[in-house]
Amino acid sequence: MFLSALPDRRRVAGIETELLVTGAGRPLLFLHAGHGFDTADPLIARLAKRHRVVAPSLPGFGDTPRPDGVTSVDDIAYLMLDLIEEMDLRDLIVVGISFGGWVAAELATKGSDRIASLVLIDAVGVKFGDRETRDITDIFSTTAQQIPELFFADPAKGAAVLHDLDFTKLPEATALRFARNRESLTRYGWAPTLYNPKLKGRLHRIKVPTLLLWGAEDRIVSTDYGRNYAAAIPGARLAVIGDAGHYGYLEQPAAFADEIEAFLGA
Amino acid sequence: MEFWHFSEQSMHPAWEHIDGPTKVTVDNRHCDPKVAHELYNRYLDEWIVADKLGYNIFVNEHHASANCMSASCLLTLAILARQTERARLLCLGVPITNRTDPYRVAEELAMIDVISGGRLEIGLVKASPFELAMSNQNPAGIMDRYWEAHDFVVKALTNQGAPFSWEGEHYNYRNVNVWPRPYQQPMPPMWITASGASTGRRVAQLGYTLATFFNGAGTKPLFDAYKDEFLKTHGRPAPIDRFAYLAITCCGRNEKEVDTRYAKMKPYLDVQPRTPKAWSNPPGYETAELNAMALKKGNTGRINFGLPTNPTRQDMADGGIMFTGTPDQLYDQITSFSDRAGGIGHLLMLGQAGYLDHEETVDSMTLFAEEVMPRLREYAKRKNMELTAAAA
Repeated sequence: MFLSALPDRRRVAGIETELLVTGAGRPLLFLHAGHGFDTADPLIARLAKRHRVVAPSLPGFGDTPRPDGVTSVDDIAYLMLDLIEEMDLRDLIVVGISFGGWVAAELATKGSDRIASLVLIDAVGVKFGDRETRDITDIFSTTAQQIPELFFADPAKGAAVLHDLDFTKLPEATALRFARNRESLTRYGWAPTLYNPKLKGRLHRIKVPTLLLWGAEDRIVSTDYGRNYAAAIPGARLAVIGDAGHYGYLEQPAAFADEIEAFLGA
Repeated sequence: MEFWHFSEQSMHPAWEHIDGPTKVTVDNRHCDPKVAHELYNRYLDEWIVADKLGYNIFVNEHHASANCMSASCLLTLAILARQTERARLLCLGVPITNRTDPYRVAEELAMIDVISGGRLEIGLVKASPFELAMSNQNPAGIMDRYWEAHDFVVKALTNQGAPFSWEGEHYNYRNVNVWPRPYQQPMPPMWITASGASTGRRVAQLGYTLATFFNGAGTKPLFDAYKDEFLKTHGRPAPIDRFAYLAITCCGRNEKEVDTRYAKMKPYLDVQPRTPKAWSNPPGYETAELNAMALKKGNTGRINFGLPTNPTRQDMADGGIMFTGTPDQLYDQITSFSDRAGGIGHLLMLGQAGYLDHEETVDSMTLFAEEVMPRLREYAKRKNMELTAAAA
């Protein structure tokens, strides 16, 4: 999920952004998870069959630089509004996964008449519980070696997706992408841990049809968290997918893609 | 040469009862407050002895740690400011990347300097990676925060007259007005710790004392970088009093006594690296480039002093980790290491470590003060003349 650089470059709000643009059809903005993505992403491959997928590496991730002033998910959401306008995307579907789901939710609360549908997959970004109960697993208290067991229903599958995290056998650039992605996720998500205290009170502003997809075995944010998220967005629907963890979209890409296509076709 | 007695104020009686990490997640029931009471007072007594023996005083802090119970180096120094008379008082250091309020840091520093009659030396540090678990401050951007806090503390301590405002990236104050101002004008001497050349160069530009801990063979390249940058910046060679080195140090009268004390102190080195794996290098604490290099090498981030397996006392001395010996042996070990490093002006001495008890600690300190200190002072004078002559 972080093996190779993306093929395209485009200036977004003055930032030389790395991105993947693939497929044809109604535009779909794909907002990646906290460990980044690459050209082999299986969900993008499925979605690109019917959509023009625009998938940027967010500032600080992959090869996209992070200007000094960009320090929060709020900043990233505004940059995505710039991207949507600069690329003149209309009737747009926004799909965000995990950290990217947080970005997507912030983006949708800020509002744009260019956004027509929203899909949040195992998204973080909101605090529902009391002050002494974590909603979101503190991934920053864990090691990189724990990613397969924490982020995947099937750790063996996760290890394979992550190339066994054996950087001694991977290209130099891969190690740097992985290190940059982890640093940036930390920068944006350190504390409060992976949420914006203001976001819960703003979710009611999301007026577009919204689908939430959740891995039944998500060990970062539970399906109950997904239910709370769905309840906070007017008219939103939650679908839970089996044999899938927090990064379930990599374990069951066809099941996630089928749900998205059915939602968009409805 | 100046000599600094240092102790981490460890809860060593708990070590044998702790499985796994001795920091961050370690169960605080292992810290018996009654034992802690005895130990804190014992360690403070040892610093008071140090003051009488002609040592200076060096204190640190860590958090949630059985290796170091000092939760605030400035609290420790505040006590010693009043209870000692001659020693310079070095905090090395205040972890400004973890403090949310550098204004408060500046006030506490100034207060200690005034109470002690101008004996404070200020070390501002990045802090160990695992401290971020407790401070909750972001590892990403840590050095940006460090330098802003540093610049703020310097301005707060040196500003005179009208209060100033500060609207920075990380800190925001409407009315900065430090009362009292420091006793030492314009401000107390500054120290920064470093292990790599790039930080060493920045410290040289500022002209501060450069301290490095257990750095072994890495010391010479670091000191060389400082010297090069100091000469370029200030147009004169760096004096020896800008170079500080930390190692465990212990003195005994004969081989048997030294061996006993060595065996009691060495467990410090085994306990020290027992950090939860997730906290040995949180993302962002080091640059992405350095982390990528470590990943590529398959490095797990554990402390490695670069010593052979089962090192001898001599290996430990050659590696700059533990100077232990009779007075003659210590003189040889320290001058030999200093020569290889290019000259040490401050010996930071971890004089209590592991299970070394109070009597042994005081005896070792006394023996060193009487038998080794005067000879090392002479050595450092000669070395300083060599350094300044060579650079001139």
